[in-house]
Amino acid sequence: MQKELSVVGARLPMLDAGDKVKGTAQFTDDLVLPGMLHGRILRSPHPHAKILHVDTSKAEKLAGVKGVLTGWDIPDRKYGIVPMAKDEYALARHKVRHVGDAVAAVCAFDPETAEEALGLIRVEYEVLPAVFDPLEAIKEGAPRIHDDVPNNISKSIRKEFGDGEKAFEDCDEVFEDTFYSQAVNHAPLEPHVALAQFDPLRGEMVIWSSTQIPFFLRRNLSSTILIPESKIRVIKPKVGGGFGGKIDMFSKDFCACWFARALGRPVKFVYEREEVFIATRQRHPMYVKVKTGMKKDGTIHAQRFWAHADGGAYNSTAPLMITLSCYFLMVPYRIPNLVYEGYHIYTNKPVGGAMRGHGIPQARFAVERQLDMIAVRMGIDPVELRLKNSIHAGEDHPGGFIINTCGFAESVEKAADAIGWKEKRGKLPYGRGVGLGGASFPSGVSNMSHLASGAVIQLGQDGAVTVLTGAADIGQGAETVIAQIVAEELGVPLDDVRVTAADTGITPLDPGTFGSGVTVRAGNAARLAAIALRKKLFDFIAQKLEANPEDLTAKNRKIFVKGSPGQGLSLQEAIKEYRYADLPMPIIGRGAWMAPAQEPTTLLKEAGNFAPNYSFMTQAAEVEVDTRTGKVKVLKMVTAHDCGTPINPLLVEGQLEGSIVGGMGQALYENVIVENGQVMNPSFLDYGFPTAMEMPDMDGIQIVTDDPLGPFGAKESGEGTQLAPAPAIVNAIYDAIGIDFNELPVTPARILQALDEKRRSGKSDN
Amino acid sequence: MKRAVGLHVNGDTYDVLISPNETLLDVLREKLGLMGTKKGCDLGACGACTVLVDGEAHLSCLMLAVDAVGKKIVTIEGLSKGGELHPLQEAFIQKGALQCGFCTPGMILTAKAALDEEASPTEATIKRKIAGNLCRCTGYKKIVEAVSSVAASTRKEG
Repeated sequence: MQKELSVVGARLPMLDAGDKVKGTAQFTDDLVLPGMLHGRILRSPHPHAKILHVDTSKAEKLAGVKGVLTGWDIPDRKYGIVPMAKDEYALARHKVRHVGDAVAAVCAFDPETAEEALGLIRVEYEVLPAVFDPLEAIKEGAPRIHDDVPNNISKSIRKEFGDGEKAFEDCDEVFEDTFYSQAVNHAPLEPHVALAQFDPLRGEMVIWSSTQIPFFLRRNLSSTILIPESKIRVIKPKVGGGFGGKIDMFSKDFCACWFARALGRPVKFVYEREEVFIATRQRHPMYVKVKTGMKKDGTIHAQRFWAHADGGAYNSTAPLMITLSCYFLMVPYRIPNLVYEGYHIYTNKPVGGAMRGHGIPQARFAVERQLDMIAVRMGIDPVELRLKNSIHAGEDHPGGFIINTCGFAESVEKAADAIGWKEKRGKLPYGRGVGLGGASFPSGVSNMSHLASGAVIQLGQDGAVTVLTGAADIGQGAETVIAQIVAEELGVPLDDVRVTAADTGITPLDPGTFGSGVTVRAGNAARLAAIALRKKLFDFIAQKLEANPEDLTAKNRKIFVKGSPGQGLSLQEAIKEYRYADLPMPIIGRGAWMAPAQEPTTLLKEAGNFAPNYSFMTQAAEVEVDTRTGKVKVLKMVTAHDCGTPINPLLVEGQLEGSIVGGMGQALYENVIVENGQVMNPSFLDYGFPTAMEMPDMDGIQIVTDDPLGPFGAKESGEGTQLAPAPAIVNAIYDAIGIDFNELPVTPARILQALDEKRRSGKSDN
Repeated sequence: MKRAVGLHVNGDTYDVLISPNETLLDVLREKLGLMGTKKGCDLGACGACTVLVDGEAHLSCLMLAVDAVGKKIVTIEGLSKGGELHPLQEAFIQKGALQCGFCTPGMILTAKAALDEEASPTEATIKRKIAGNLCRCTGYKKIVEAVSSVAASTRKEG
């Protein structure tokens, strides 16, 4: 059935775009409160050391210093984003575990004084042996980073699906290759910031924070600073990019609250760019060994994985990351038999955390690369290989996924066509090549507890609509998408809808922005709230119009009988009638949504449906390799993309284009270089992520599916498209120069070295 | 030693007491309350703090406030008058050339300086001109489209 939609599906600018172009959009660091103090954090210069003594006496005496805090002054309460994996203190106690670990905090009259005071704190360390590579860290005798974690393996999973290992006996050919993905920083343009204010009479804390998950921050703050959740209000102002890097609580959040309470004045902590690099989060470096068993006809029959993730000094999202990494090996291809063994390993390095794709890009790089290598070895076209093994909607899934809609096979065909596969693959001049990769991503994680969203909507007397949602807009446009959904259901233009969001003191519970679940989860909650509101109005108006409420529709600020626009009245009149009938005002609708849950409710333990729905995509790249300089230029990137039915194609394109350039950074440029625990490139001068000069020609092809669980058929579009650009580019490099690169990033130095090796071995094509 | 200076910002003259080592960025944000100018790196590497100084794009984190005395500063707040937006601002909204919005003020001012210098630059020139302004969200495509659209409308008018 053709849907007739007015607001959903339209290319509409973000609601707050005007504020953003005028410079009036308020980020956390733009907030200034009367009497505000400033904090700074003292960080460890050692990758691994015992803290023997901290002498803060000189710092405390410095004029302008209002307070100094160390790990011994705070409650002995560890925190972490995943409750089962808490292992971190807001300020280190006993021990530091990476360069940049927070040791002490100072609060002062101004940031300069706070900085000066840091230099007056004397910390006596006993330096311990450190370990920097996960494969070294698991060896017997390696330094133990957390006392209670032998071999530094903080989380391991082993999963078997189908016949497991035995299935390799039925394979015609078996291939084994190893891959490595590097550390990548989220590099949001806005550094991490927190501002806290405490009301001593009521014992209530308010914190404004650059966070992606206000409600999880509240939970972590409550459990560490020991204030009840009900007395902590987390407000998320505009957030200047997150990409997963603002999911966790950080020292700045805790310390701002601590000093605000201790000193009775507002306190702000702003991280410097270097701190964002060394002391927040990064994409996990990961070694992935893949063994793939093939049937002669090109069917993938079995896969075995060994994944070793470099978690750095703390857990952060470890259990979730390694679980995602495993389960999403079973899409977008049909893998009937799979064994996955994955380890999250502590090292004395910056901490791994959620980052766009979250454990999946590393696995995807390995699989998509290996598929191309297998295609060459078996003499099958990479496109044919992918089509042959594509998963389809409605199929039984070895991991228990329920896939209602799937445009993957179509995405392979369309991306291949758009890049000119048939004309170009293997046929371009030396130095030019095309390659592709496929992927799939969940629209939020459904099968875990606490992941429900709520919404409350009020219809004002003038017909305008106010929405309360807990969803956290971090620049992706969540508030706009939610407003569009509400506007559509209530038949009003977008301009009539105002959204208040992400304030734990006002808005309903929401798990925030992670796992690409906002549109489906919070969107559905808002939709249900709008429908509930509409029902009140329709039930009443139906009597006036002598019609069934089910036969009414709302459009263009009018309510009328479907198919008879003349038989109805304006929204304004309807509200007036409602009011004059002495029905209770205001007209409010409430909604709550959680993906249909199935036992077991935790995927960390057992298999089951991961998400309400799954996006699918294929990305195809054309590259040019300069064989004299080793430089790779991505000329074009095509994305054929099934994100269900887009609520706002303009915003979907934005997600897609941003993730392509992000994926390109991972493929070619970005790398958090660590030597002896020290990040060598913690600035935008040294850590090069793509500029406008590197931007390729980008084409997006929407494969529209109508997902039954997504609001108006929508699926995620925020993360999945960052999974395949890197393998697509590296596969294209193979096509260009005939060299397999299984390690990221593929820098000019690596290209030149590989070309040189190839020349020496006498296999040069040129 | 602090001293009192006059700064000309967005057509107004502000009398401020500043230290010689204070950057223009810090003075704009902390003393004048002009929060539209953003601090992304404080190292001259991201472009988020870009302002116009006598019509040219400058990184305000690399400029001392005392060096801005006697010059005409325009920040993002000075680009529009009330509800009347500059064509670049309008284009950024309509083309979806922003996401989180943190790089947006600097990006728009860099683009303005570029278009003031050359009204109808090619796409390649636009990319080169904005290459010092980092954006982690958009992938730049819609930003280049937005700037190009303003350049094209200038071409038509011209």
